[in-house]
Amino acid sequence: MRRSHRRLVSGLASVAVMALGLSACGDAGSDAGSDGTVTLTVDTFSTFGYEELFKRYEADHPGIKIKHRNVVQLDEYLPRLEQWIAAGSGAGDVVAIEEGILTKFMASPDKFVNLLDHGAGSLKAGFLDWKWRQALSPDGKYLVGLGTDIGGLAMCYRTDLFEKAGLPTDRAEVGELWPTWDAYIDTGRKYAAEVKDSKFVDGSVNLFNTILAQTASQSAGYTFFDTSGKLVADSNPPVRSAWDTTLRIQQAGLSAGLKSFEPSWGSGFKQAKFATIACPSWMLGVIKENAGAEASGKWDVAAIPGGSGSRGGSFLAVPKQSRHAAEAAELAKYLTGVQSQIAAFKARNNLPSSPQALDDPAVTSFKNEYFNDAPVGQIYARGAKAIKPLYLGADTNPVQQRFEDALLALEQGRLAPDAAWEKALDDAEREAR
Amino acid sequence: MTVSIGSRAGARAVRPPGPPPPRRGARTVLARWDVKLSPYLFISPYFLLFFLFGLFPMGYTVWVALHDWELLGTREFVGLENFRLVLTDPQFWNAVRNTLGMFVIATVPQLLLALVLANALNQRMRARTLVRMGVLVPMVTSIAAVAIVFGQLFSRDFGMVNWVLGWFGVENLDWTARRWTSWLAISVMVDWRWTGYNALIYLAAMQSIPRDLYEAAAIDGASRARQFWSITLPMLRPTIIFTAIVSTIGGFQLFTEPLLFGNGDMAGGSLRQFQTVTMYMFENAFRRFDYGYASAVSWMIFMLILLGSLLNFVWLRRMGGTK
Repeated sequence: MRRSHRRLVSGLASVAVMALGLSACGDAGSDAGSDGTVTLTVDTFSTFGYEELFKRYEADHPGIKIKHRNVVQLDEYLPRLEQWIAAGSGAGDVVAIEEGILTKFMASPDKFVNLLDHGAGSLKAGFLDWKWRQALSPDGKYLVGLGTDIGGLAMCYRTDLFEKAGLPTDRAEVGELWPTWDAYIDTGRKYAAEVKDSKFVDGSVNLFNTILAQTASQSAGYTFFDTSGKLVADSNPPVRSAWDTTLRIQQAGLSAGLKSFEPSWGSGFKQAKFATIACPSWMLGVIKENAGAEASGKWDVAAIPGGSGSRGGSFLAVPKQSRHAAEAAELAKYLTGVQSQIAAFKARNNLPSSPQALDDPAVTSFKNEYFNDAPVGQIYARGAKAIKPLYLGADTNPVQQRFEDALLALEQGRLAPDAAWEKALDDAEREAR
Repeated sequence: MTVSIGSRAGARAVRPPGPPPPRRGARTVLARWDVKLSPYLFISPYFLLFFLFGLFPMGYTVWVALHDWELLGTREFVGLENFRLVLTDPQFWNAVRNTLGMFVIATVPQLLLALVLANALNQRMRARTLVRMGVLVPMVTSIAAVAIVFGQLFSRDFGMVNWVLGWFGVENLDWTARRWTSWLAISVMVDWRWTGYNALIYLAAMQSIPRDLYEAAAIDGASRARQFWSITLPMLRPTIIFTAIVSTIGGFQLFTEPLLFGNGDMAGGSLRQFQTVTMYMFENAFRRFDYGYASAVSWMIFMLILLGSLLNFVWLRRMGGTK
């Protein structure tokens, strides 16, 4: 008895040792190698379409190695980035900053390298003016980041499902189906009457965020926070109207109830569980990645109900903590240059923030094979220069998450509409405290 | 290890009776120090590390909890204000409720099942060691892998659990939507991982119960069930107290399973249906970057664990005492 007991224990011990060995973890640092090569770490989220550009840059700069770290979900990326920047270590040499958190970082620009010190000033003409100014200190002397993309809006739809529902499949005709969100809901009702095994739209979260960005950029110019940083979620009309429109779509039974960027949302693409999705330009790459090769040619892109607007868009910055600031600044300048923006657009359809790139025939004539050869360059670039910038307060992201939670609870049938709205406002106040 | 070294040192110090002890030379002083200090030296690495990574952070957390301490911005002394806020914070009490609920749903069946399993493993059977090691397999799988697989099993549209439930007319149950469904799913995850571990601990304890007790009981005509209730269970009491306390500590620190069940959503569901206290602490520290408040929350967790373990201890002692 004793012997077998001891054997059992030694067995346990060896298993435990194995488990320890397996859980060893890697560390990401950026250091000059012994042979003088400099490794630059680049932090991004979602898809930036930089893979080819990295290879090209490495080929042109023999002393530079690029290490790419990508986090799919923005909600996960942001707090991590915030912590790195505040702690003064951990961040890459070049980091992607989404417009929602830029305001927060603009409050302490000294955490980042002033790109004007690295000759970025001469690049000003290569960016839309408002995009340039978003990452520039009010006195114009400190440039935190260089613009990568902007989020022009469109509506993506599945031609095979539309055909099944007896709806037109041509993108121009589809766009004419829904000049307004009300018309969009009517179309959805027709769809729902014909097709039972899939819903009209992916879910409330993506819809609400898109409609809010759209209506806010057409009117107030800000969303949950006004330009003085005060929480105005309860009084800013676009917030309520985006909420109401989303609610009506939910109540019409058109939503598949999926939350953006969750695994179930990804499988929803694969299983064709919804027929339309509001797609800012950067969403095209996300759709392609999730829906996969089987869905090639089945998605198409039409105009969005309710007119133009912008949602999302990012910047590249060099944290002060970088040990290779000069090299990193060069890389950031290269990645946001006109030619690179065109390349990123071709790779992932991230709409350029550079007017030259927007006018470039390579962009305007670009057709996306995956999206049934849709002329996405023309669709997105057309209204891009008329887009009005959106001011986003420092706590926009957490507040937006509380609105998403309330909409999900509504969708799950766990809250009544009024209670959900009250809850969203209460929780928003808590986040902004 | 320390015991054997200590006793050897002791043996050297105790001189055999007979000739008087020699003068107190440097050697004797050293020998005395050796006896007195060496044991402390030998155990010091643990305590030094514990001080550095355990005690000091704990003390520092108290200091932080007394401040309005944000990641960026001012650090202002606010006394017990953070604790006052925690005690009146509905989100905190919601998290406490979730944690307690999942603790009960997960731990009670887990320990009962472990007991039954241990009893079965204690019988004579073929390939006994293999089977005994087998119950430990869930333990060595990465917790993240477990959570991801179970997350898919319980997925709303494409999950296997819903597929099976579909046969009985239950359509597309959203396991994250309700408190009890999410608690259940998470508890299944926890039990899958920990039942085997507890079973092995029980098994080890069962093997130290003297055989003659069972033989005597058998001669007196006690059935197997009777033997289990009247011999095995009382003899296991200290072990059961141990597992109950360890499970209490683990249960109050439940984090990875609910986090991954909600796909990394630190708020634990649209209505915080399954946000545990540790998730709430983490949310305050690393989402809201409100370190002062998060420290206060973590001290509340510490108090809760202390209270829970104490209650468990007292209750189980009582229960055993009446037998």
